[in-house]
Amino acid sequence: MNRKYELVYIVSPDATEEQVAELHGQVEAVVQRMGGQLEKTENWGRRKLAYVIGRHKEGLYVLDVINGSGELMKEIDRRLKVYDTVIRQLIVRVDEAEHVAEGKRTKRTESSRRRRVARGLPPDRQPGEGQRAEFEDDRDDRFDMAEDLR
Amino acid sequence: MNGRKRTGGGARGRGAAGQGKGDGQQRRPMFRRRKICKFCSEKIDDINYKDTKLLMPFVPERAKILPRRISGTCALHQRKLRIAIMRARQIALIPYTSE
Repeated sequence: MNRKYELVYIVSPDATEEQVAELHGQVEAVVQRMGGQLEKTENWGRRKLAYVIGRHKEGLYVLDVINGSGELMKEIDRRLKVYDTVIRQLIVRVDEAEHVAEGKRTKRTESSRRRRVARGLPPDRQPGEGQRAEFEDDRDDRFDMAEDLR
Repeated sequence: MNGRKRTGGGARGRGAAGQGKGDGQQRRPMFRRRKICKFCSEKIDDINYKDTKLLMPFVPERAKILPRRISGTCALHQRKLRIAIMRARQIALIPYTSE
């Protein structure tokens, strides 16, 4: 059973480049070995922590998107706990939430298209069309930003 | 006396709804705008824990989660918001408390 997970871990700011690379290698190795796949890795870099975690005020954030089984994530979680350089980690399953959000979005565009057709308009909004423009989805760049973050 | 008269006059602008017999005994402070759910009106389907810019307005100074009765968020989105905030707290993107 393959599921999609997001793993966020915070590496201590004193850690060297090699240590960070080693951690990443470790994660990758486990993923490979247990038949998962590493979909994406994002390095958020040095960020200020919202609260102090064991004398640290900053941390290096790394985000991994992983396709794999629950056992795989359990193993990664266990391994990350061993390292002193990792000060916090979080694993979240995302496939279901993404599916729901996707469904809602398509449903909304479809119903708006249907309503537009019923009113005798073309299904998609024409450029420069009226006041409704600001509520239209494709004008909404906030959402695109969230997708970038993912 | 004079002041009373003025308050009576001011009520005219508040619309027809408040003009019943209750006008004399209980002064409604002012017309309160109906709150709307931010996520419904802006069509945000996915409340993501990584999006601190979106979450921060819902955790004012003391870093407590803003209650629904104040923010006007609908029940469904408040639940999702709560989960997102709790996740963001775990990875120190949002504080549990300030001070």
